[in-house]
Amino acid sequence: MQANQPQSGLPEFHVELRGVGKAFGGTPVLKDISLAIRRGTVHALVGENGAGKSTLSKIISGIYTPDAGELIVDGEPLSFRRTRDALKHGIATIAQELALVPSLTVAQNIFLGNEPRRAGFLSNRELRRRFLELTENVGFALNPDDIAGQLRTADQQKVEILRALASGSSFIIMDEPTAALSGADVERLHELIRSLAASGRTVLLISHFLGEVLDLADDITILRDGELIRTGPAKKESEESLISGMLGRELSSLFPAKPQVPKQTQEPVLVVRGLSAPGVNRVSLDIRPGEIVGLAGLVGAGRSEIAHAIFGSTPRFAGEITIDGRPLEHGVRASLANGLFLIPESRKDQALFLARSIRDNVSISNLSLFARALWIRRKREQASVMDVLNRVTVRGADSRLVSALSGGNQQKVVFGRGLQKSRRIMIADEPTRGVDVGSRRAIYDLIVEQANAGSGVLVISSDVEEVIGLCHRVLVVRAGSLVAEFTGDEMTETNIIGAAFTQAIPTLISGKEK
Amino acid sequence: MNKSLATSGEEITGRPGLLGRVRWRSLAIVLPFLVIFIAVSIGSPSFLKPVNLLNILDQQSSILIIAAAGTIVLITGGIDLSVGATYALSSVVAGTLAMTQGPIVAILAGLAVGALVGLVNGVVSTILKINALIATLAMSFIALGVASLVTGGNLIVLYDHPDFGVIAKAKILGVQSAIWIAIIVVVVLGLILARTTLGRYWYAAGGNAEAARLAGIQVSWVRILAFVLSGVAAGLGGILDTSRVLSAQASAGTALTFTVLAGIVVGGTSILGGEGAIWRTVIGVLFIALIGNGFNLLGVDALFQQITLGLILLIAVGIDAWSRVRR
Repeated sequence: MQANQPQSGLPEFHVELRGVGKAFGGTPVLKDISLAIRRGTVHALVGENGAGKSTLSKIISGIYTPDAGELIVDGEPLSFRRTRDALKHGIATIAQELALVPSLTVAQNIFLGNEPRRAGFLSNRELRRRFLELTENVGFALNPDDIAGQLRTADQQKVEILRALASGSSFIIMDEPTAALSGADVERLHELIRSLAASGRTVLLISHFLGEVLDLADDITILRDGELIRTGPAKKESEESLISGMLGRELSSLFPAKPQVPKQTQEPVLVVRGLSAPGVNRVSLDIRPGEIVGLAGLVGAGRSEIAHAIFGSTPRFAGEITIDGRPLEHGVRASLANGLFLIPESRKDQALFLARSIRDNVSISNLSLFARALWIRRKREQASVMDVLNRVTVRGADSRLVSALSGGNQQKVVFGRGLQKSRRIMIADEPTRGVDVGSRRAIYDLIVEQANAGSGVLVISSDVEEVIGLCHRVLVVRAGSLVAEFTGDEMTETNIIGAAFTQAIPTLISGKEK
Repeated sequence: MNKSLATSGEEITGRPGLLGRVRWRSLAIVLPFLVIFIAVSIGSPSFLKPVNLLNILDQQSSILIIAAAGTIVLITGGIDLSVGATYALSSVVAGTLAMTQGPIVAILAGLAVGALVGLVNGVVSTILKINALIATLAMSFIALGVASLVTGGNLIVLYDHPDFGVIAKAKILGVQSAIWIAIIVVVVLGLILARTTLGRYWYAAGGNAEAARLAGIQVSWVRILAFVLSGVAAGLGGILDTSRVLSAQASAGTALTFTVLAGIVVGGTSILGGEGAIWRTVIGVLFIALIGNGFNLLGVDALFQQITLGLILLIAVGIDAWSRVRR
């Protein structure tokens, strides 16, 4: 390939890897990777968890040193020992977990560590001047005096990006930048990524959202099991081609076949009438046995709040819930006892006990199955847990710490907790967030399996495609109320997103949504 | 920011030796314990004599009991700084009643006082949501004050009530009853923690309270129970020591709280909750006792014991923090 020298005099390729390999404790994680990233482009890195994406990005950002091969930045072979070396060459990473000082302002965060001084004192005027210069250059705005900790996540990401640019970075690595965002914020971040590339900077994007990758990237590199499958222009790829590249096999479809649409005559398994709770405004819904119902809407619209209100983990102000026609008492314990199970939005914060074994994590809600009085009969417990792990396709010993599993397998463990007992209703809040493509299919299979067994399933998801691919029916939430319902052919991205953004809120706005 | 979004599974599973590290961490307290045990055995021939070993155990029996229950409090995500004061209060209540009402009433009253203090600690720190560190610190002032009120500042002497001494000093199979009681308490609490649903709930409540709540665990109730156990254990410790020396005073338990906490933490139970075990605490407590006894037998200045203990504590907490960062 003949490199066209751009006018700036810098080589066409911003970062190049030649034959890079890396192993941890004898296990190869990256094998002979050769890759060239063009300047001023968005270059996406896709692959399942464990494919080596993070390792590769960490080699470029200086966190890891490659065992073999060369790293070439701006045409010059380099050897980074630490992140500071990479930063010196203009390479910065925007991590999944943001690292802002929440009590400082936007401008203070951006110039943290190289504050403008005048005679040894910090100069606020100079700080502001430099801030305006920077934002003008990049083409997006923020109020420099806002407190960083009070911003929404998307804006905090902007602060991080500005900070990287302020320190002179021209190569930005973004690891799952939109995983925490929804709707409008995702779109804003996409705009920002495009404007970064347009201003001559290079973005290395790691993302599980294939739609996003196809939409944003100029070039896409597919990794599988530490090997580079191919790298090429995004125009030549499709969602199907990416998936088959990542998995190494054709995936007939990302979604399993939907179970038979339950008959309208069947008595609903779950009935909710006039439910009001914190962030929930007079919600009524029915779910029939074997039905998968989606709950779509923007983040903050009140989807998780509805889930928690039904499950009984937040106070119930008004309304009634019945399961199989019997009124459900309020409270988590009553819900669990009556076959209602919630898979919460955040598995690490709301579901898992990371310091405990897989076995403890599966059986914690179901100990009565194998306990006599208080005494746990361990053989029975282990047999039951191994059986469940088999069903949710988590392999290996159940005595391992749950923290040793990948995100997808951790989510399967939470599903296992739900499946260990038979349930009537399963509510799954963002069941595939942070989950790789392979595990995602396994999780969809589990949801469909629940429906086939006659349970009702309520799926909450920010991924509209997931809702359409998985559910019989979609309810759209806005400001804590259900504002639209779509079934069959009406379940389209346009309809759902349109309703989520624009649908007027019916009667009596609660006004205390947060 | 939001920790839940990390999808760093590949690094965790990709790095071998995770199990190795866990096992190493489990052994962290066992190895130094054995090293000190062997060193003191070699350095001082009188150390391994049964009389000396039984003496150590006898002296440590109350601490073992209180620390075993304290381990549970720490695992549930709490901390009990009032055990020393509770111990003193139960001692003087039991001692006072022993003079007039006989040993049975004295024992029951001592245990009841402990349970009451624990209940208040539990309710204040869970339902009223006052930080357990502050709640139990406040409680310890209250309990000490009440203890002084009970004694009027005097030493309670039970020399003419030798029947009360039977509780701790009766010999069964040549071993003091205090040691037997400590063994029973430690084994029972250890089994409850490791093998029952309640034990699982304790770990869950301390490991991730929100996840525990959503899993259907009554987190407050489970925590209150841990505080009650801790109070009862402190009461039992106070009764045993009163029985052993046949006297009681309000200022008895001043240093006890810290000895107990040191034993738990040195054993490897995390002060952040959700992790730990009672067998660890037993080794931790005996490890500290061993250093004290060994230094005495070897004629080392008592000052160095304290310095050594401080250093060991720092190392223990350091290992805990370090292993968390690595996780």
